[in-house]
Amino acid sequence: MTTVSAADHSRRDFLYIATGAVAAVGAAAALVPLIAQMNPDASTIAAGAPVDIDLAPIAEGQIIKVFWRSKPIFIFHRAKKDIELAQNVDVNSLPDPQPDSERVKKGHDQWLVLIGICTHLGCIPLAHEGNYDGWFCPCHGSQYDSSGRIRQGPAPKNLYLPPYTFVSDTKIRIGEDSSKPA
Amino acid sequence: MSGHSTYAPQNKVLQWFEKRLPIGGLIYSSFVAYPTPRNLNYWWTFGGILSFMLGVQIITGIVLAMHYTPHVDMAFNSVETIMRDVNYGWLLRYVHANGASMFFLAVYIHMFRGMYYGSYKEPREVLWILGVIIYLVMMATGFMGYVLVWGQMSFWAATVITNLFSAIPGIGDTIVTWLWGGYAVGNPTLNRFYSLHYLLPFVIAGVVVLHVWALHVAGQNNPTGIEPKSDKDTVPFTPYATAKDSFAIACFCILYAWFIFYVPNYLGHPDNYIPANPAVTPAEIVPEWYYLPFYAILRSIPNKLLGVIALFSSIGILAFLPWLDTSRVRSARYRPLFKQFFWLFVIAAVGLGYLGSKPPEGIYVILSRVFTLYYFAFFIIILPLLGIFEKTKPLPNSISESVLGARGA
Repeated sequence: MTTVSAADHSRRDFLYIATGAVAAVGAAAALVPLIAQMNPDASTIAAGAPVDIDLAPIAEGQIIKVFWRSKPIFIFHRAKKDIELAQNVDVNSLPDPQPDSERVKKGHDQWLVLIGICTHLGCIPLAHEGNYDGWFCPCHGSQYDSSGRIRQGPAPKNLYLPPYTFVSDTKIRIGEDSSKPA
Repeated sequence: MSGHSTYAPQNKVLQWFEKRLPIGGLIYSSFVAYPTPRNLNYWWTFGGILSFMLGVQIITGIVLAMHYTPHVDMAFNSVETIMRDVNYGWLLRYVHANGASMFFLAVYIHMFRGMYYGSYKEPREVLWILGVIIYLVMMATGFMGYVLVWGQMSFWAATVITNLFSAIPGIGDTIVTWLWGGYAVGNPTLNRFYSLHYLLPFVIAGVVVLHVWALHVAGQNNPTGIEPKSDKDTVPFTPYATAKDSFAIACFCILYAWFIFYVPNYLGHPDNYIPANPAVTPAEIVPEWYYLPFYAILRSIPNKLLGVIALFSSIGILAFLPWLDTSRVRSARYRPLFKQFFWLFVIAAVGLGYLGSKPPEGIYVILSRVFTLYYFAFFIIILPLLGIFEKTKPLPNSISESVLGARGA
């Protein structure tokens, strides 16, 4: 029979804690690949490169839908009345206040480029529907105006703007934003 | 409770085996000699029905997986191949698809029964919580299975449900991208849902084992809500409960078969026979019927984050039921006020289901809010207060007395 002294106790405790700590670090490290594998893979990211869109064929008043990173992008060639409606709203009365000038590129008031995904739960709003000259989401009834701003319904935010830049007067590149203020 | 008899095999081989692995004795004591209260009514047969449905779903699911292709370009067509070309494929798929609905129908009855008779109360709290966990995993499994069909409703259900997580402040969008494995619902999403849809039923089966284990430790509750006191209060599981459960399963199967053979698509949505199209959201999207009450709660709140919180709380609150109900009397039979509030709760829950299928406008929104308010008030206001203020009826002295009258006791 051996007796266990207090000194042995603390050495054993140290070994238990050290072993447990190493095991915990190892388990955490093993989780990294298991969790990371679910993020977008290299081919998905590569396919998300910028795309160029020619604006010339889009008639005034027309809204087209293109895809970038599997997301629908709305490009709205706004008529004068659409622009005026968007600019003449009292910004402070909006659920997500933002003036129209912040939602278009300077000097390109007629072009509204939006990510066409309802900020509520991800449905695609229908164009030229609803009470605000913009979009109506069929899923839960959110309504957006001619600047893509939320006006009514459960969506918390305005339709998001994708990063894009005017390559020329009639061509945009979606996925790249050179004009972004630093 | 000692039980009514013990396992003593006469056969020498069985005796040899039993000494090395006493599984015969375990089965015998759990499903043959196990004492069940003598007054169990047909509401108690839904546990057996649910076990049966889990078996049906696993068997049909495994064979359907032999013909299904989890790829965005082929999934929808492989389901149509099952329907048209695979031998009995139409039958297997309809059994599986309607099986999900019947499974949820049975689980809702099972849960309402547990609430009515106070089956969640001490000492059955863990049993109840295990049931809530099974229900949660069932919801995840059912949702992912619905997505596999890859019709329009599948795709947009996947989009809306995964987007619920985007409501989480700060990291919501990162989580959603991680769930998708892309920038939108796509092939990686379908693949992982397939993997998990195959896995989760076995997780359910595992938790069911724990659920039954916990049940056999605490013993079954019964319509009086009082514990059995002597062997006079109980009958052996076999033949009494086995016969009653089998009869109930047979009756349940008549309803099930009616859906499969006469109205196999009644509970589905016609839009799910349109292949998934990421460019167009259907004009009206609704979830499967068994999620409608929670969908109505989500929509009744005009704020995204609060709506999502309400949705998850409405399910999560069930786990706290054993402590929210402060009454010491279990069964609603002896709780006159609780009984009325309970039926109002049933009306609110079923009503929310109806409202979830309606467009979110006008009177439907107002009613959704009223029912949502009642749903939560029932748990966090009514139940805690009832235990203090309710005057309950006198309990019988024993189960046998309640069944046979005083002369039988």
